[in-house]
Amino acid sequence: MEHVLNVSPYTGYVFPNETVFPWSVMIAVYPYMTGLVAGAFSVSSFYHVFGMQTYKPLARFALLTALSFMIFVPLPLLLHLGHPERAFNAMITPHWTSAFAAFGYFAAFYVCLLVLECFFVFREDNVARAKNATGLGKLFYGAVTLWSDDVSQKARTYDHKWLFVLAVIGVPAAHGLHGYVGFVFGSLKSREWWGSDLMPVIFLFSAVVSGFALLIVLHVVTSKFRKVPINLDCVRGLAGSLWGFLMFGVLLEGVEYANVIYKAREGIELILVFVSGPLFVPYFVLQFGIGAFLPIGILAFLIFGKVGGRTLVVGAVVSALLVLMSVFMMRWNVVIGGQMISKTLKGLLSYTPPLLGRESLLAAVFVMAAPFGLLWVLTQLFPPWDDADKQAMPKAADNEKMPLLAE
Amino acid sequence: MKRKKAPPKTERRAFLNMIGKTVVSAGAMLGAGSLLDKKEAASAQSFPTADYDWTKHRWAFGVDATRCIGCLRCAEACKAENGTNPDAHHFRTWVERYVYLEGEERARVDSQADPQNIAAAGAEGVYRFDNRYKDEKVDKAFFVPKICNHCTHPACVQVCPTGATYKTKDGVVLIDEKYCIGCEYCVQACPYGARFFNTETQTSEKCTWCYHRITKGLQPACVEVCPVGARIFGDRNDPASPISEFIRNNRVSVLKPETGNAPNCFYIGIDKEVQ
Repeated sequence: MEHVLNVSPYTGYVFPNETVFPWSVMIAVYPYMTGLVAGAFSVSSFYHVFGMQTYKPLARFALLTALSFMIFVPLPLLLHLGHPERAFNAMITPHWTSAFAAFGYFAAFYVCLLVLECFFVFREDNVARAKNATGLGKLFYGAVTLWSDDVSQKARTYDHKWLFVLAVIGVPAAHGLHGYVGFVFGSLKSREWWGSDLMPVIFLFSAVVSGFALLIVLHVVTSKFRKVPINLDCVRGLAGSLWGFLMFGVLLEGVEYANVIYKAREGIELILVFVSGPLFVPYFVLQFGIGAFLPIGILAFLIFGKVGGRTLVVGAVVSALLVLMSVFMMRWNVVIGGQMISKTLKGLLSYTPPLLGRESLLAAVFVMAAPFGLLWVLTQLFPPWDDADKQAMPKAADNEKMPLLAE
Repeated sequence: MKRKKAPPKTERRAFLNMIGKTVVSAGAMLGAGSLLDKKEAASAQSFPTADYDWTKHRWAFGVDATRCIGCLRCAEACKAENGTNPDAHHFRTWVERYVYLEGEERARVDSQADPQNIAAAGAEGVYRFDNRYKDEKVDKAFFVPKICNHCTHPACVQVCPTGATYKTKDGVVLIDEKYCIGCEYCVQACPYGARFFNTETQTSEKCTWCYHRITKGLQPACVEVCPVGARIFGDRNDPASPISEFIRNNRVSVLKPETGNAPNCFYIGIDKEVQ
């Protein structure tokens, strides 16, 4: 079989084996997706754990979003592996000194946790659906409730207890998973651009930020599609949190950058050429300028200017889209940018992903689109919106849960 | 019935035999122009030799950069011996040329993989340094052979999620290409650029110090063909071995000691610019 090499052009001196990038666009997509999972789960937890009413309308939808993305998280990795059929070797014989050995376990655990949490969150509704449905629908909703139709007060209290426990475990699990992804990069001493103690924290904050941004966009888009009014309080709450977390995220990344530049270790001349040359647009312009500072400004105006109505929605969505772009650029600038600096510290490589193929731009677009497809299917099967419940099942509204901490 | 436990040595031999079969069959598959002739490859089924005990050796490599003339026979022999992809992006060993021109503070560096050198050689599979500095005033120039350092604390082994790459008891870092999942984490982790991805096997690949040869008492191919003795190989457990004498008689250094990898490839005659 003929293999086409994607050889990278370079300047200066690079090791002969460095001209083929080991980690492609798929490895940039992978932390982006885990970040969205952690972020979406945070939004869900704000209601389920901390009882913040603002996020109530989105809590269940955010959970489905986290699940949809989490199921597809291993896909970019499998597409990257030379032998995806051997992927389970890492779980059968984990080599524990590897920062990546536990990923399979982490991911599997987290998917189970999300599924279990969804089971409890939607159980009451699914019992009602199983009762109303006929034929296959009855069978399906019966199966997802495990044929337990007890929705008595006692059973619901039991559900809520489980939900709370799962959410409490889920918060550190989601953030642990993503901080861990940051560690995969930050623990490598071979790459000047990666080997940083701050990397896991930076990944974590950008994850939360991306989750909030994604949910702003999804809330507005789904409301438009469902022809229901956009919940402005919810948008304002999300925008506020996005603003706060974004400030921290940018601060951390700024500190990280300042560290590299100020410490000025060997290779600093090359790094300065790198950041002022090939990295200038993706890093300073896209990631920091348009992707972070601009939305911070817009969001501050929206929040402190007490803006409402259409301006709030448009401003929040534009900011959220910019932040989503910025966080992707952060992943790109870390994963691809780190590999652009040669290990010789004497040369710079450039990378252009191929358009077609297993690790191409097109494949990356499909990988990113897949969770949205799954999310659509899940929202059809398990409508997470309160108003949908009201239409379908008048009683469901009465049963709406109180924040768990308030119990 | 109670199963009788096999004595450890037998187990070890069986294991080594398995490694041997893997390496040799891979070598045989890939080995166009191999130094091993077909007869040898067939007899190598018993690899490594029955009397080889990997607890009795501690292999190490030496590079005397003052001797290297940049002829690149080492790179050529390595590719032939190990059936490595002959193109300019996959090398188990390579040679770097450092040139300080008069008035310049930093060295100009290139290797045989440099496009200008390939153009001068006429093809990617032919290894040669061009004569680009013939009209320049050269202040100082030298060659540095590079190879996997078979580190005592190899970062590549540390990061492998499956244990497909491992350190043998005789000090060699090997890859089980039948177990490697091809994630290339090891390629990232190696600070020396010694690893690359084999597009045929879809697994990582690197120098093995010609494990199939050294376990039979032979020298690695690159050492064997070096016409000037710039590459030294041997057993550190043997005080009279060439490598033991090389390390004893010289002030040796290693590459990137700050990584903590503790390389087992020892250099003399290199310069601050060498990474």
